[in-house]
Amino acid sequence: MPDALYLSAAIGLPYLGALVAALLPANARNLEAWLAGGVALLSLVMVWVGYAEVAAGGVPRFEVPWAPELGLNLVLRMDGLASVFAAMVTGIGFLVVLYARYYMSPEDPIPRFFAFLLAFMGSMMGLVLSGNLIQMVFFWELTSLFSFLLIGYWQHSSAARDGARMALTVTASGGLALFAGVLLLGHIAGSYDLDQVLAAGDIIRDHPLYLPTLILILLGALTKSAQFPFHFWLPHAMAAPTPVSAYLHSATLVKAGIFLMARLWPVMAGTDAWFWILATSGMITLLVGAYVAIFQHDLKGLLAYSTISHLGLITLLLSLNSPLAMVAAIFHTMNHATFKASLFMATGIIDHETGTRDIRRLSGLNTSMPFTARLAMVAAAAMAGVPLLNGFISKEMFFTEALTASTSPTLMHSLLPLGATIAGVFAVTYSLRFIHGAFFGPEARDLPRTPHEPPQWMRLPVEVLVFGCMIVGVLPAATIGPFLDVAVRSVLGDATPEYSLAVWHGVNLPLVMSLIALAGGVVLYLLLQRHLTAGVDGTPLLRGLDGRRIFDRVMVFLSWRLARTLERLLGTSGLQMQLRLMVCVAFAAAILALLPYELEPGSVTMTGVDPVVAVMWLVGSACAIGAAYQAKYHRLAALILLGGAGLITCMTFIWFSAPDLALTQLLVEVVTTVLLLLGLRWLPKRIEQAGASTIPARLRRYRDLAIAILAGAGLTALSYATMTRVSPEGIARHFLERAYTEGGGTNVVNVILVDFRGFDTLGEIVVVGIVALTVFALLRRFRPAPESIGVPDQQHGKGQDWLQIPAVIMRLMFPVIGVVALYLLLRGHDLPGGGFAAGLMASIAILLQYMAGGTRWVEDHLRVHPLRWMGTGLLLAAGTGVGAIVVGKPFLTSYFAYADLGWLGKLPVASALLFDLGVFGLVFGATVLILIAIAHQSVRSQRAAPTPPPSAAKGGYD
Amino acid sequence: MELILALAIGVLGGSGVWLLMRPRTFQLIIGLSLLSYAVNLFIFSMGRFPVGAPPVLAPGTSGDPAVFADPLPQALVLTAIVIGFATTALFLVVMLAARGLTGGDHVDGKGRGS
Repeated sequence: MPDALYLSAAIGLPYLGALVAALLPANARNLEAWLAGGVALLSLVMVWVGYAEVAAGGVPRFEVPWAPELGLNLVLRMDGLASVFAAMVTGIGFLVVLYARYYMSPEDPIPRFFAFLLAFMGSMMGLVLSGNLIQMVFFWELTSLFSFLLIGYWQHSSAARDGARMALTVTASGGLALFAGVLLLGHIAGSYDLDQVLAAGDIIRDHPLYLPTLILILLGALTKSAQFPFHFWLPHAMAAPTPVSAYLHSATLVKAGIFLMARLWPVMAGTDAWFWILATSGMITLLVGAYVAIFQHDLKGLLAYSTISHLGLITLLLSLNSPLAMVAAIFHTMNHATFKASLFMATGIIDHETGTRDIRRLSGLNTSMPFTARLAMVAAAAMAGVPLLNGFISKEMFFTEALTASTSPTLMHSLLPLGATIAGVFAVTYSLRFIHGAFFGPEARDLPRTPHEPPQWMRLPVEVLVFGCMIVGVLPAATIGPFLDVAVRSVLGDATPEYSLAVWHGVNLPLVMSLIALAGGVVLYLLLQRHLTAGVDGTPLLRGLDGRRIFDRVMVFLSWRLARTLERLLGTSGLQMQLRLMVCVAFAAAILALLPYELEPGSVTMTGVDPVVAVMWLVGSACAIGAAYQAKYHRLAALILLGGAGLITCMTFIWFSAPDLALTQLLVEVVTTVLLLLGLRWLPKRIEQAGASTIPARLRRYRDLAIAILAGAGLTALSYATMTRVSPEGIARHFLERAYTEGGGTNVVNVILVDFRGFDTLGEIVVVGIVALTVFALLRRFRPAPESIGVPDQQHGKGQDWLQIPAVIMRLMFPVIGVVALYLLLRGHDLPGGGFAAGLMASIAILLQYMAGGTRWVEDHLRVHPLRWMGTGLLLAAGTGVGAIVVGKPFLTSYFAYADLGWLGKLPVASALLFDLGVFGLVFGATVLILIAIAHQSVRSQRAAPTPPPSAAKGGYD
Repeated sequence: MELILALAIGVLGGSGVWLLMRPRTFQLIIGLSLLSYAVNLFIFSMGRFPVGAPPVLAPGTSGDPAVFADPLPQALVLTAIVIGFATTALFLVVMLAARGLTGGDHVDGKGRGS
């Protein structure tokens, strides 16, 4: 089988299985189990296929270019270490699936469980088989994410939610640190490819960035593997279903950190920093974990702390910078996976069949479930390190290494054998507690369920694992030996030491230590009997040290207190201050950007002053300043002045050869003014009172005035500096030269809009449509405020004799304006006009009718369907574009020809005209929609006023 | 001439910025409109200010940038005008809705109608 196939299948199959599992019906428990089990087994077969090549000395590798110019490729790679971990992930994964089939209750949402489990399996496979560091971190984060989902599987339980969140917070933060560390590592090694990084050990260790890299990477590994001081999340993750715990905390999630340390061992280890960080953390974890485990009353809690302790042991072994310790570490990782998975499963069986996991309530299960009891006893004995079981051999290796290392001069080294023995004593004690507490003593009477043996298939995974513990314990070299050797060689290479996997090494110091641990453990258990049976909660001596409470406090500080303080100090909820800051920041940013270029006028000679323009802008400036001055107390005046400034702008456009702009600006000016006028009467009355402003208010105004003057001066300087420089050769030539020859229109601006940059215009009319719909939707929900102005005298009574002469004119204008709009639309391609102007023009025709007749009158006589206009317009514009695709041209390519209409002249018939028609429809529809939405407010009943309505708040515009 | 137009842009923009920082919604709406005039003129000034340059080609020819008005800033400003109109309308409606909901016309919804 080619490398590419089985490597990608080993990762892809679980993900594929997860997708399928998620889609199966909720009650298909057996089907789910078959699927998940089959996927796990098939992935295991893939690993086995790869292992055959790995054992022969090869490293199967599969590479897909991803971003090769950055040196990033997707690399799948299987060496000895990866293959052993992959086999554990899939093999134990298969057993967990089998077990979960019987453990999970029919009420649980099964598809979700198996989908997450398989996705997690895929992520673990991706992690161990990655040949690229960044890819590895990606899968690392995926394992954090899926473990979060698995731990929080029972969403209804708050313990599960909190435990999941804590696990995610800790492991994902570690993952971020790891990512930073990996980026540094890749920077040092010059590549993210694992093979190249592994070959750059000396460069990495001698690099000045070695220490930060090491700390960041170890932060990732230690959080994931629940090492002190990040160990506290693991016990809370026990809120997960037991199959999840059995999987996550034996072979997979927590071993990811171990895997990473072993993976990078050849390049990162061998320094003092490596030793001190890992040995300190590992030693504390080993001892504290084992000590706390003794005092747990929950079977799963006991196993959780024992897991922490064993992980500490492995970390300690990895810290020793000795190849033999490396062998022991990998060996113990495998052994721990087998006995811990079986113990978790046995605990799950006890929980399942008795209804409790509390050691204080459980007792004498040996009689009711003898088989399970035997299996659990063997597994617990392996955990304690009893001879002839696998845990014993790796523990012996650990003791040997501790003794070897103690010849070094430092205090830490010389304490190792003592610490190892004490941890051994504790391990025996908690293993005894597990066995004795659950299976011996008088038979418990008040259990929630009557205990009995589980279904045979539920016990099978435990049997397989316990059998593994025994056979490895008796015949280590013949069973696990070759696999261990392949794994070790892939890490150590030529430095692989001589080691012997034998049960009996003669009477030596490690054996004595083992015996001391066994005897000491039994004695300690007997001494603690009284305390343990009293059933006191908490751990003696360490009661005050609650990782969860510290974590919660940190989280509250970070996410609540600190955030609120920062918000109070740095934030403002006032819009004025926000805008003020925005203006100031924009000003400062512009100054900073201009500093290196010395803002000075350019060299172009100025054109002579035209007195007309000077007078125009004298008026325009007066209008602008007047509008600014009057906008608070004299809104109508401000509106008129605003219109004045707009008209001057419009005239400027005409003056400087931009008729299209002038036309559009004029029409927009009309519509905007009418809309604002419509809105005026809902604003509260504001009467100017002389001398009413306080000193602080006046000071604020002076400050704002200064900012405004500065902003204005800045704009002037900027525009002046721009205008006095030669205009660079832009893309104007491109458009001017091609407007007629390729776009078929003489009005270049219009050709740009509907042809060259048609896609932009399409986007723009979509925005206009969205705005109109938003206005419509907003006004549907809201009721207007009480009106501030009473109905004028002319509108009282039934006479309705206001505006009679203008109304006649306005009605007569309707067809005229319509024709002009059509004219503007049709000539747009060649002369000023086009869809935008025509749409606005047509909407003005409607606007006038509303002004003349009132909302009700207009809607009795004329039905405009703005939404249809908008929809048709948009479809037409987009359809024109799609039409080009249909005939095999890129989107929005236009076609043009001229139709001769006899004495009417020539009509440009371009597909761009259709597009412009769409623009017209949409702009017309949107404008009318906004107008109607606002006009209808006056017909509606008013909102129940929060303030007592003014005396004359009745009637309306119509 | 350039100085006049630069001053015009500055006055429009300065008035707009002043109104932007005022507390009443109507002041804000007027300010944004003034500011948009200033910005439109500024973008337009990228094509400089040619007097009497033909904006429309003669049929069947291609234009020379030295003679014709620069069409690109014009096209940009044209779309800006239309979008500016749409946002003004949207803002007007938000202003009315806020007035209906809070009873006042303060930009932060503070205070009553006076």
